Parts: sequence; C-alpha cells; structure tokens
Amino acid sequence: MKRILFLLLMLATTPALGVEPAEMLDDPVLETRAREIGRELRCLVCQNESIEDSNADFARDLRLVVRERLLAGDSDGQVFDYIAARYGDFVLLQPPVKPATWALWFAPAAILIVGGFIAFFYLRGRRTAPGPVPLSAAERDRLDALTGPAEKRDAQ
Amino acid sequence: MRRLIFILPLALFGVIAAYFVAGLDPARDPSAVPSALIDRPAPAFALDPLDPAAPVLDNVAIAGQIALVNFFASWCLPCRVEHPLLQQLAQEQNLPIYGIVYKDEPAAIRRWLDDLGNPYAVVAVDPDSRTAIDFGVYGVPETYVIDREGRIRFRFAGPLDPMTIENILLPLLTTLRE
Amino acid sequence: MIVELGHYALVLALLVSLVQASVPLAGAARREPGWMAVAVPASLLLLALVTVAFLALMRAYIVSDFSVANVADNSHVSKPLLYKIAGVWGNHEGSLVLWVLMLAIFGAAVALFGRNLPATLKARVLAVQAMIAFGFLLFTLFASNPFARFDPAPVAGGDLNPLLQDPGLAFHPPLLYLGYVGFSMTFSFAVAALIEGRIDAAWARWVRPWTLAAWTALTAGIGLGSWWAYYELGWGGWWYWDPVENASFMPWLLGTALLHSALVAEKRDALKSWTVLLAILTFAMSLIGTFLVRSGILTSVHAFATDPTRGLFILLLLIIAIGGALALYAWRAPTLGAGGVFRPVSREGALLLNNLLLVTAAATVFLGTFYPLFLDALGLGTVSVGPPYYIATFVPLMLPLLLAMGVGPLLAWKRGDLAGALSRLVIAGVCALIAGIAVWWWKSDGPFMAGIGIALAVWIAGATLVEFFGRIGLGRIAPRDTLMRLVHLPRGTFGMTLAHLGMAIAIVGMTGSSAWKEEHIAILESGGSIAAGGYDYRLDAVTRIEGPNYWAYRAQISLLDGNEVVALMTPEKRFYRVQRMPTTEAAIRTTGLADHYAVLGDPDGEGGWTVRIYHEPLVPWIWGGLTIMVAGGLVSLTDRRLRVGAPAPMRRVAASEAG
Repeated sequence: MKRILFLLLMLATTPALGVEPAEMLDDPVLETRAREIGRELRCLVCQNESIEDSNADFARDLRLVVRERLLAGDSDGQVFDYIAARYGDFVLLQPPVKPATWALWFAPAAILIVGGFIAFFYLRGRRTAPGPVPLSAAERDRLDALTGPAEKRDAQ
Repeated sequence: MRRLIFILPLALFGVIAAYFVAGLDPARDPSAVPSALIDRPAPAFALDPLDPAAPVLDNVAIAGQIALVNFFASWCLPCRVEHPLLQQLAQEQNLPIYGIVYKDEPAAIRRWLDDLGNPYAVVAVDPDSRTAIDFGVYGVPETYVIDREGRIRFRFAGPLDPMTIENILLPLLTTLRE
Repeated sequence: MIVELGHYALVLALLVSLVQASVPLAGAARREPGWMAVAVPASLLLLALVTVAFLALMRAYIVSDFSVANVADNSHVSKPLLYKIAGVWGNHEGSLVLWVLMLAIFGAAVALFGRNLPATLKARVLAVQAMIAFGFLLFTLFASNPFARFDPAPVAGGDLNPLLQDPGLAFHPPLLYLGYVGFSMTFSFAVAALIEGRIDAAWARWVRPWTLAAWTALTAGIGLGSWWAYYELGWGGWWYWDPVENASFMPWLLGTALLHSALVAEKRDALKSWTVLLAILTFAMSLIGTFLVRSGILTSVHAFATDPTRGLFILLLLIIAIGGALALYAWRAPTLGAGGVFRPVSREGALLLNNLLLVTAAATVFLGTFYPLFLDALGLGTVSVGPPYYIATFVPLMLPLLLAMGVGPLLAWKRGDLAGALSRLVIAGVCALIAGIAVWWWKSDGPFMAGIGIALAVWIAGATLVEFFGRIGLGRIAPRDTLMRLVHLPRGTFGMTLAHLGMAIAIVGMTGSSAWKEEHIAILESGGSIAAGGYDYRLDAVTRIEGPNYWAYRAQISLLDGNEVVALMTPEKRFYRVQRMPTTEAAIRTTGLADHYAVLGDPDGEGGWTVRIYHEPLVPWIWGGLTIMVAGGLVSLTDRRLRVGAPAPMRRVAASEAG
C-alpha cells in the first residue's frame, strides 16, 4: 500500500509543463485569455495543480475545451460556467461566492473587524486603569535604604 | 466577561480539532470529485458504435429505461478488475449497460472484449472525449445510473466493488423501478 | 549492529525524556532544587542519545545499508553522497528523527546557556520541552521506526525522488525544522510561564532570541524551498498557495507577529498575556503543518507518502499539546499581571496593529487551506481554494501592514507623535508616489497593483532609511559623532533595519515577477528562435548526454541581444534510470534585474523541439531580499543584549536612546 502511495506521489511530482504549441490559439489575445482562465481551473487528476501547469491528458482535454469555447465567442464567465456545469465547483480554483462559501469570503474582513474591536476595548480599558500611587516619604526612605541613592538607581 | 475571552482560543481549537478528526475518516477521499450532474438530465450525445452495423448510440437509444453508462478503456487496470462485476450486474439485474470507450483504439477494445467477455448492450466510441467531458468524466472507470426520464441519479468514479453494488446501487435500482 | 545501537539510543532517549518531563516539573512545584537540577543533565543526555540515533541512521544511508527498510526505500547505491545524506530526512521516518534532534538541540541550548534563568522557570521550560520530545519519540518508535529491517535485504535501493536530489532541497527541511522546532522553545517558555503563574522581564528577554532564531531559520527554509520550486519545477513560479506551502507560511506569519509582540513584552512589559497566547498558537501551526503533510487529509504536490494512522497519532499529539496549553491559558492567563500602559498612537500601538494584521492574514491562509475539509466534513459538497482566493484576500491585508511598517519605527514608546513622524517621512512618501506613478506610466498595460506594490516597497525602504539615518544623526550632527553612533549602534537595530530593507527588496521582486512575467512557447527546429523580454532565444542543437544516475537531452540555446550572443543556455530533460522519472532542468541566466528562463520540452518526432521561454523581471530581487532578511535576523541574534539573562544594572545609554 505504501508502495502504491509512493508511486502515486512520484507521478504527482512529475514537473509541470502545461500547454503545448499545437494547442495554442493563433490569436494572442484569445490565447492569453485561455491561459489566464486555465490558471483558474483545477486539474482533477493532479495533486493540486491548474490545467495550465499540468501535462496530464485530462488537463490537455480541458485546455482544448477552453480554447474551443473562446473561439466560439464565450466570455470568461461563460467558459467557467461551462466547465463548472460539468465538473462542479471543485474544478474552480477561485471558489464561487455562494452561501456555502460566505464564511470563506467574508471571514477575513470579519476577523479583522472583531480583532480591531478587541484591541480597541483593550486599549480603552488600559487607559482608564489607575496609575501607580506615589510613594509616601517613609516608603521612599525605605526604598533608598534598600536600593541605594536615587541618582544611581535612575541611571539604569 | 473577561474570562470568556480567555476560553475562546480553546473553544476554537476544539472545533478545529473535531474537523481534523473528521478529516481522518478513512472513508474520505480528499481528491474525490462529486458529480455536478446528479438529478440533472444526461447530456446530449451521439456516438458511433464499435460495431459498424449497429445504430448510433444516443439519448434516444437509452431513453425510457433504467440504464448504466460505463466509461472504460483497455489500458485501464481497474476497469479489468470491475469487469466481472459488470457482467454479473448485466445478467442478474437484467440491466442494460452501455459502454463508452475513453481514449482508446477500437482494435484494442475489440481484443479486450474478446478476452474478457462483453457485458455491454452497446459499445460506443468517444474519439475526442467530448462526451466524457460533457458527463464530467475525469478518469476511468466511471459508472452512471440513468433513470427512465433520462436523468443521472448516481455516479461512481473508480472500479465498482461488491460493497458499493450491495449497499448503494441495488437499493437505488429498486427505488427507480417503482 | 550500528543500526541497532541507533534504535536502542532512541528507546533510551524516550525514557530520558520521560524523566526530564516529570522530575523537574515536580521539583519546581515542590521547590526541590535537587529534582529541578535533573533537567540540565537530562537534556544533555537526551541530545547525546538522539544524536547517536541520527548518526546511526546517516551512516546506514552513507554505506547504503539496504537491510534497513528506510534506506532501501529512499536511497540507491549510485546516488551522489550529498543526496545519500540528504536522503536521511527526505522521507517521513528520517525527518521525524531530525525533528527530535532539533528539539533536543534547543533543549540543551537552554540548559547550557540558561544560567541566568530563575531555577523554577528553567526547570519547567526544560520539562515542557521534554514532553514534546517524548510525544514525538513515542510516535517515531511505534509508528514510524526508521530502523526497521528488511530480511533478506534488497540489493539495490528505491532511490530518492529525483526532484529531491538537489542542493537547494537538501537543506530546505533542516532549515524548516529548525524554524518549527525553534517555536517549540517559545511554546515551552509560554507554558512554563503559565505554570509559574507570572511573566516577568526575564521571561520576555528569554523568549525573544528563540523567536528570532526560529524566525530566521524558517524564513531561510521557506525561501530555499521557494527558490528550489522556481528553478526546478520548470514553470518559473515560486509560490502556489499549495496546502503544504501554506503549512510553512502560517507559522511564519504568526512567528513574525510573535517577534514583534515579544518586543513589546520585553521593552514595555505590555501585551504579555497576548505574547504567551501567540507563542502557543505559533507552535500549534508548526504541529498542524506537520499533521497536514503526513496525514493525507488534503491533496498536495508536496505531501509525503501519507497514512491516516500516522495522521491520527500526530493529531493526538496536537490535541494533547495544544489543547492542554490552551486550557492552561484559559485557566491561568487572567491571573497574569497587566503591564505597561500606552496610547494607541505609539510604537506599541503600531506593533499591535502589526499583530492584528498578521494574525488575520494567518487566519485567512488557514481558512483557505482547510475550508475544503470543513465543507466536506459538513457534507456541504466541496470547493477548491486556489491562488485566486489568496490573492484576493491576503494581499489587501498586507497593504495597511506595509504602510504601517514605515511609520512604526519612528514612533516613540508609550506615546508617539504621529504628526512628527509623518513629517519626517514626507520625502519617503514622495519618492514612493513618484515610483508608483512611474510604474503606471511606463507599464501602463500592466496590472494596476504593480504600481502599488512598487510604491509600497519604496515607501518602506525610504522610511527605514529615514529612521536609520535619524538614529545615527546623519546630517544633523558632526560626521565624527555620526560615525561613533554607527559603531555603537546595537546589533538589534542593524538587524531590524536590514530585515525591513530586505522585505522592501523582496516586495519589489514579488511585484515585478507577478505583474510582468512573460511566457512564450513554440516548437523550434535547429536555428529557430523565440523572442521574449527584448531578447531572442535561438535553439542551436539538442544532444544526448549521460549522467551519474540518469541520461538526458541537452539543448544549447543562444541568448541574443540584437545580433550579439550574450550567453549560452543549456536546459536539459533528464530521465532517471531507477525511478524512471523525467525531470526538467531549466536553464536560468540572471542579470540581476531579471531572469532569462529556458525549458526544454518534448520532441515532436520531426526534428523539432518544444521550447518554453519565461522572461522573469525582478525575480532575483526576491531571493536577494529574503537573504537580506535572514542576514538581518542573524545580525540581531549576535546582539550582546540578548545574551544577558535578566536585566542587570549597567550603563544603558545607547540602549535607552535606541529603544
């Protein structure tokens, strides 16, 4: 079992090479769009790579589909919808914003705001905290006796 | 109130740890992809059959019955492993299984079927994998259960095994037949 | 025989760690000096034993003793010596021994150099450290034994993954572990402080050097890994927000926050309870990272061969260590005294902002990494969280942090003069604006963020220099006095200046490479060329060559500036014989301002070869910036003030001016 896992690991670390010249579109604008879209589509048979970075057959198939759809005139959003309709949201490397992912998208701001409030209240609480009570004359004499004269002490 | 703030990190950690424990469930496969087409109509397709004399395999051909669609290839080892189970299913359940060839040569498929036997009602070839992509296939073997209205009800990625057939497939078929 | 010795040493180490974890702890509670004194010799003995085990394993690798299963799986007779040695930690079992070795080294260091530590604190710190070592040793011996034997032994070995046979990657794990385990030391200090029930000046002074050491090592480790990915993986990228990359980034973010928080705790006796919590959380991230990489709960290119039973063990360790520490925190932290007061606009305030943003950033990365798991566990389907998410959430958090980074060092402690600080920074702000506008004008077709990134980098560099020059009085006082101040400046100040400057340089590199990278792919025949970044890359020829454990196709590509051949680049496509894996060796030529990056692809069977050219502007600045940051950390570590255990009465004129 371990060997199989190990072999799978080796396959997974085959270095990414991605799009081949034969797949590329002639129109450079469309080709750039195709690559940008490809960078946001997950290769489902790889270990966390995009279809642009992988040389798996599946990745190649999807790259061709992306280019096909662009040639047919689809917008970027339409291409993503086309692929996601077939493979689900898992294929999108940028998670869609829907109720299940609200926590994901809004949490960073929420954490910042909550953290800010905590810090704010902490600072406010500290400002009203009483400062040290001044020493009485007797206490000051005792302090001098313990630590030596004030000048030397303050030089620290 | 102040005390509550100090308990917060521990509470949060507890929740996260619970998720980690759930994540270790051996039944969980982090790379498994759920199908996007469950309860949706099967995608439109029309494929040439392996046998030139047979008619084209398309949605009309599989309509009106409960059917299995199985994507496979001769170079695929797990397909070989699930093959006897498919034969068993075809016979015992009186279930038409339609085979779609994924990234393979017709000659190699014919040899493979001659060697192992042919459980399929019809075998069709998907030369550019477009139909596979329309179904959401990302590897072989994959098996789809399609009901009488032509909707996909179940997708299994990987070789079928007796437990899945016993616990999921057969009960589903029973439900669909009613 | 030596292997058995190593195994035995590991078992003995387990027993020693058990003693070290219990006796000094009890001794501190009962104020028994004899029991507490056990900690020091125990930690030294622990170090000796674990070193023996590690060396035994290393010897097995060097002599290619394939009767040891671990060696057989991961090494090969014909592997070069450096990679035989690096193979020791290039796999799961061996890397755990390295982990424990580092734990022991840090424990021994505290034992040896901790003469000024209060006895009870020292005993408790070493005891907690031993508890962690005990947990890991238990895990190693019972679930991941590197000394297990094969009988009969195989003749050849499985070889190390060729991607890992590389000098950069050979040193990446040790540096990373130095970082992770370094944070175990701050964790031990934090837990010891909670057990003690108080945090004082000695504690804060002691936490900082360990945080600094761990942070420096982690920065170097991450940088090395990133650099390796850049030149080895063949697509010219250096960060992918992969779960395992994030696993090292989260402790780094929290560690940076801890570094700055510990500063406040030491200098101003404030934010102590927060620093303790942060120390616990930083080590928690180290452990979670270890868990992530070895348990298989997330898919990643980097993961070790995974095994859920191992994952369970690590999770148990994680729950006991962190759950226990956080429970202790919930119980004891309220009794820790409140510290110094400060106004919101002050250096403490700026550092608090720093912490807020860094912790939020770490939480964001954590959320993104584990969200697919959370959704899946709740049965709500599954999503992928890739680079687009992090770019959309992480980058906006960094912008205010980078802005504050310029102002913070110029604010005084306790009560800062914001207007005064900003007035000193006008020139830095103006330079930043000019830089940003220049970028927008010159690269008007590039992304909008490029101008912001460069502007922020110039802002930080300018502000850091303003602060530094102000400190030495450049232009304000006589040059001789400036020189005197420069010479007597505490190293910690130099370190901070270097680190912040390094960060600015690295940001320039990151911005440039992300914004203006070019990718060109074509099939070339001999004599054909590709144009990229103002240069031409001409394929001259492809030949076949033989290497020590591989054979390869090597291409010769001429880099042309106009008609002049500026350089020859030789990318290779290698085939390692034992593992039968192809790898690409990219040819990279650095000009200091950009990288020329050539990769050889597959032949098309008709004499043509696929060639990929990447033009990577400013990438060398990333590595340069990171190196300067690490240098800053190292310089800070040599500061004499860090070697003093507890504040002793001494002349601190320079320090009070500086701090």
